[in-house]
Amino acid sequence: MPAEPATPTEPLTAGRQELGPSAAAVSARGLVKSYGSVRALVGVDLDVASGSVLGLLGPNGAGKTTIIRILTTLLKPDAGSAQVVGLDVVHDAARLRERIGLAGQYAAVDENLTGLENLTMVGRLYGQPRVAARRRGNELLERFELLDAADRATKTYSGGMRRRLDLAAALVAKPPMLFLDEPTTGLDPRSRLQLWGTIEGLVAEGTTVLLTTQYLDEADRLASEIAVIDHGRVIAGGTPDELKDRVGGERLEIRLGDAAQGEPAARALASMADETPTLAGDLVTVGVHRRAGVIVEAVRRLDQAGVGVEDIALRRPTLDDVFLALTGHAAEEQQDDQVAA
Amino acid sequence: MRRLVSDTLVIAERNLVRLPRAPELLVAFTVQPIMFVLLFRYVFGGAIKTPGFSYADFLIPGIIVQNIAFGGFVTALGLNEDLHKGLIDRFRSLPMARPAVLAGRTLADVVTNGLSATILVLTGLLIGFSFHAGVLHALAGAGLLLLFGYAFSWVFAFLGMLVSTPEAANSVGFIAVFPLTFISSAFVPVHSMPAVLRAFAEVNPFTVTVDAMRSLWLGAPAGNNVWGAAVWAVAIIAVFAPLAVARYRRAAGG
Repeated sequence: MPAEPATPTEPLTAGRQELGPSAAAVSARGLVKSYGSVRALVGVDLDVASGSVLGLLGPNGAGKTTIIRILTTLLKPDAGSAQVVGLDVVHDAARLRERIGLAGQYAAVDENLTGLENLTMVGRLYGQPRVAARRRGNELLERFELLDAADRATKTYSGGMRRRLDLAAALVAKPPMLFLDEPTTGLDPRSRLQLWGTIEGLVAEGTTVLLTTQYLDEADRLASEIAVIDHGRVIAGGTPDELKDRVGGERLEIRLGDAAQGEPAARALASMADETPTLAGDLVTVGVHRRAGVIVEAVRRLDQAGVGVEDIALRRPTLDDVFLALTGHAAEEQQDDQVAA
Repeated sequence: MRRLVSDTLVIAERNLVRLPRAPELLVAFTVQPIMFVLLFRYVFGGAIKTPGFSYADFLIPGIIVQNIAFGGFVTALGLNEDLHKGLIDRFRSLPMARPAVLAGRTLADVVTNGLSATILVLTGLLIGFSFHAGVLHALAGAGLLLLFGYAFSWVFAFLGMLVSTPEAANSVGFIAVFPLTFISSAFVPVHSMPAVLRAFAEVNPFTVTVDAMRSLWLGAPAGNNVWGAAVWAVAIIAVFAPLAVARYRRAAGG
């Protein structure tokens, strides 16, 4: 993590919407939380600069949701402290709730109310008069392309529509800080892309976002900073590019004409690789430092070894590679062991 | 305090607005109690001796009290659903008054209880029930009835957050409350029961409340039943409201 200590000594006034570009929107130190004997968090430090997007990346049960629940005042930490937009999550919880929006893993809308009724209800619970809450509700429905469905009960909405309504509900009070807990889990690819676009729009307007995800491409696309969470702690942090650099340089991927030729191919390429080339079926992956001439040299070596090549390409490492390198297991692998998150 | 009142009203409104859109709930509030009135009046009524009253007069206060005790079921099911669908998390992340979620729910129950009690009284009037005391007594009875229903809403609010699924809330509530309502003076005079049941029935808050209703609506001798019923209702609220609120805090992850 960029260990830039936050300035918790100077709480920002609750009425101010704009924080300076470098001010910390979130600053957490040493968060610990256990559920019975399950240690969900074992000491988490986090910083989110105002106006940026921090992606909490990790498998199910890593502790991502627990972090979000603590930062949104739903859960008290056993130890440690956190400030969000300058307010302490425990001692200033009531004031903090006026300044944050939360969109959850489950689309938390009332299925028997219409879209407009849902947003109006949330607005009134923020203390807005009925008329103002309705006006804001309509505004949000229009922005999220739900105006046509405004007067339909939300149980008739598609999954993507519910998520958009849930996100709209989080934005009712125009919060400067938004928490999104797995915003696109379970959505079809099209709805997912649409929601990404919406989130990017909010960020462009200056909203600070902290989102959790188990999708590496999602973190890569949305987050300006990433904190990788595993077993209740932050195991790595930085920009997506920094994280990829930590894994090493380029990946040379060779698809063989004949999967049986994996061994001779790996031998032929071993001396130009950073580490031992890996084999998976007919795919050989070779970590290399430089770009220039790599493909030509690889083809030449394989040709000399009599290995037929179907396809060859050079790519930047993905966050999948990052996760594998950091934790020793792939990100998607753990999806089954559901620890209380 | 003003926030608590306005937030409570917002939540109560939410729970009432959704009612007409959930036909199964409407059936529970209307058709089902009517069915029970008709079954008891015409299937059992001829066989049950109720000295001093026609069975229609005897039955209506009893069945209304039973019915209203179950009015809070909606709260148990609704809270359980809200908890598991993440709505409670949303409410807790809002700067709203904390007790408003429960207070709004139980307040909405008062309205639906009033609705189904009215339907029952109208049905009763059609099958031979009539008020034998003055208007003030009749209104006092209605008030007592709503208070008793409100008390049971808190019991069900607690229950709804105690169990893990709406189905469990349904069966636990049914098993716990249904016998209570039957081992009482609601449907038969208690002196017709075996000694052990009778001893229980005589102290059962349902008996106390049903007898209070009979005295207010039919002019039956009241004894201490009216005050006794009010005390029972207040006592149930005093125990279960704090339990429900504590459970709400815990269940919601605090």
